[in-house]
Amino acid sequence: MKRPPSPAARLFRAFTLKEFRHIFRDKRTLLVLLGMPVVQIVLFGFAITTEAREARVVLLSPSPGAAERRVTDRLLSSDYFELSAVASSPSAVERALRRGEADVALVFEPAFDERLARDGKARVQLVVDATNPGLAAQFSGHASAIIAAAAVELAGGAPPPLAAETRLLHNPGMKAAYNFVPGVAGFILMLVCAMMTSVSIVREKENGTMDMLLVSPARPWMIIAAKLVPYFTLSCVNLATILLLSVGVLGVPVAGSPGGVVAVSLLFILVSLSIGIFVSTVARDQVVAMLVSGMVLMMPVVLLSGLIFPVENMPPLLEWLSRLIPARWYIAAMKKIMIEGAPLHLVTGEILALAATGAALLLLGLKKFNDRVT
Amino acid sequence: MNMATVEIDGIVKRFGTVEALRGVSLSVSRGELFGLIGPDGAGKSTLLRVLATLLPADGGKARVEGMDVEKEYRQIRPRVGYMPARFSLYPDLTVEENLQLFATVFHATVEENYALVREIYEHLLPFKKRRAAALSGGMKQKLALCCALIHAPSVLFLDEPTTGVDPVSREEFWRVLGALKRRGITILVSTPYMDEARLCDRVALVRAGRFLDTGTPTEIVERHGRMIWAARGHDMPALLADLRAHPFVESCFAFGDWHHATPSPGASLARLREAMEALGHREVEIRETPPCIEDCFIRFASCQA
Repeated sequence: MKRPPSPAARLFRAFTLKEFRHIFRDKRTLLVLLGMPVVQIVLFGFAITTEAREARVVLLSPSPGAAERRVTDRLLSSDYFELSAVASSPSAVERALRRGEADVALVFEPAFDERLARDGKARVQLVVDATNPGLAAQFSGHASAIIAAAAVELAGGAPPPLAAETRLLHNPGMKAAYNFVPGVAGFILMLVCAMMTSVSIVREKENGTMDMLLVSPARPWMIIAAKLVPYFTLSCVNLATILLLSVGVLGVPVAGSPGGVVAVSLLFILVSLSIGIFVSTVARDQVVAMLVSGMVLMMPVVLLSGLIFPVENMPPLLEWLSRLIPARWYIAAMKKIMIEGAPLHLVTGEILALAATGAALLLLGLKKFNDRVT
Repeated sequence: MNMATVEIDGIVKRFGTVEALRGVSLSVSRGELFGLIGPDGAGKSTLLRVLATLLPADGGKARVEGMDVEKEYRQIRPRVGYMPARFSLYPDLTVEENLQLFATVFHATVEENYALVREIYEHLLPFKKRRAAALSGGMKQKLALCCALIHAPSVLFLDEPTTGVDPVSREEFWRVLGALKRRGITILVSTPYMDEARLCDRVALVRAGRFLDTGTPTEIVERHGRMIWAARGHDMPALLADLRAHPFVESCFAFGDWHHATPSPGASLARLREAMEALGHREVEIRETPPCIEDCFIRFASCQA
């Protein structure tokens, strides 16, 4: 025989249903929430790319010759460089760089071939526009490697006594997607969970509906728990979208265990939800909730979590600050598991940091969320 | 002896430095329709929020159904129906969904208590699939009352339920309150409309966090004890100024189409009319009328000030 559901279970179901209705009836917000991961992945994947594009090369060759030609050909035949101009004088090279018509200048010394034949030694200069330091480093790295290889060839094929062979682990193509997929996941989950939860709780305060619920026998934790269910669901949909898009469209493989990726993500979703509850206890109206979660939470997530600037390069103070940001731990754990294929036990630190933050915020939020208006 | 359903003893509530309630006391018996009458900012809403166990008071005691609002607020909540002044239902849920939700919130069902709301809800039936946001003002108030009633509370706290509602709906609303009262529900209702006082069993005149007077509307009017002279003329603003300036008039206030003047002792109505006509007022009409609640309120208020 089926037992009738307890009043508490009935109430929880009614509350959850109500929350889903709020979300599904606000079509525009729903569209933004579900569309955002798609837009972000596509934007980061195809539009905003930090990968080196083809560098435009300006060439200065005062006395062209066969050896010189071999170096130049080798450089330009690679995918990374294309010839944009041949300069006639050093000042022309400078002009091309200053005007932004070229990114790299390849400057041969006068009588390059002659010196090489006579002294067995000649000089070539590489000038790189370092306005964008990341790109400049990539250009000079590629160019140096190519020139070094050309030098070995010119020397008759004898390999140099010492040469470092570089292997790029985890991300051999040096694709930016490997770096930003965990970042975008962290950003979006944080946005949906923290911002939307806090705004939805504060909206009830603003509309006065929270008063109606508070004067009822319903307990505060149940009101809150019912709010979390739909946003948890929505976040899971977003997580699936992000993972499927990055694997399917951007070609970022899940190197580690998919179960680990999902488990860490679920933990992060819970942490973000407790952040949302906490913000809602602090904020008086929806605008404040938006600002708090937008400026106080999202900005540090973007700036300090390693999404844009690597945490390793931060000054000690900022690095220390970034430790307070849950997204930093999530992104770090995701990079380890998803990209590096690390087993779950290697991210214990990150998992503990996340769990501790989540538990602390949840306790604080529930404690502050009173059933009396004070 | 019939125990008081609502008992308030010296309730004080401060918001920062503002004293919203300065020690008010009151006793409402079972099945009474009690009105808190007063202008905006008098402290009516604050008192109702304290009684609805939403707001802890800073001083004094209050009991609802014999239970302390401070210590036993959880036991009070299921027995009380509260309707805030601002529309506080879910605008994106339909009429039906709102009612269902508030029934469930109080561990009740719409079916078991439908009899209680039937009369009001019937007006809403044609719109039951409509979202609450799309209802008219009067309809919203009716829905809010249904939602406050659907768990069959024994006490109702209604905060300005008729503010911003058209006169026909207002009258209808008060008729419904009368019907609920006959079912034995104790109702504490606040309103800024003085004319609604006569619809209550007893009223308290509230101003600046204090009760100016408490009693049946008749008692309050009798206590006022003095007839009012209602006056009108072709130029009402000038007439008001001239009446106030005349020694026969203690105080005078605009009251709808008439000015209500409290005559000073020994004043003569006929001579006041002559004096007004001498000042150039045409079509002057002055007559004696019994005072109404609003006259009392203004008198009490001016005495206090």
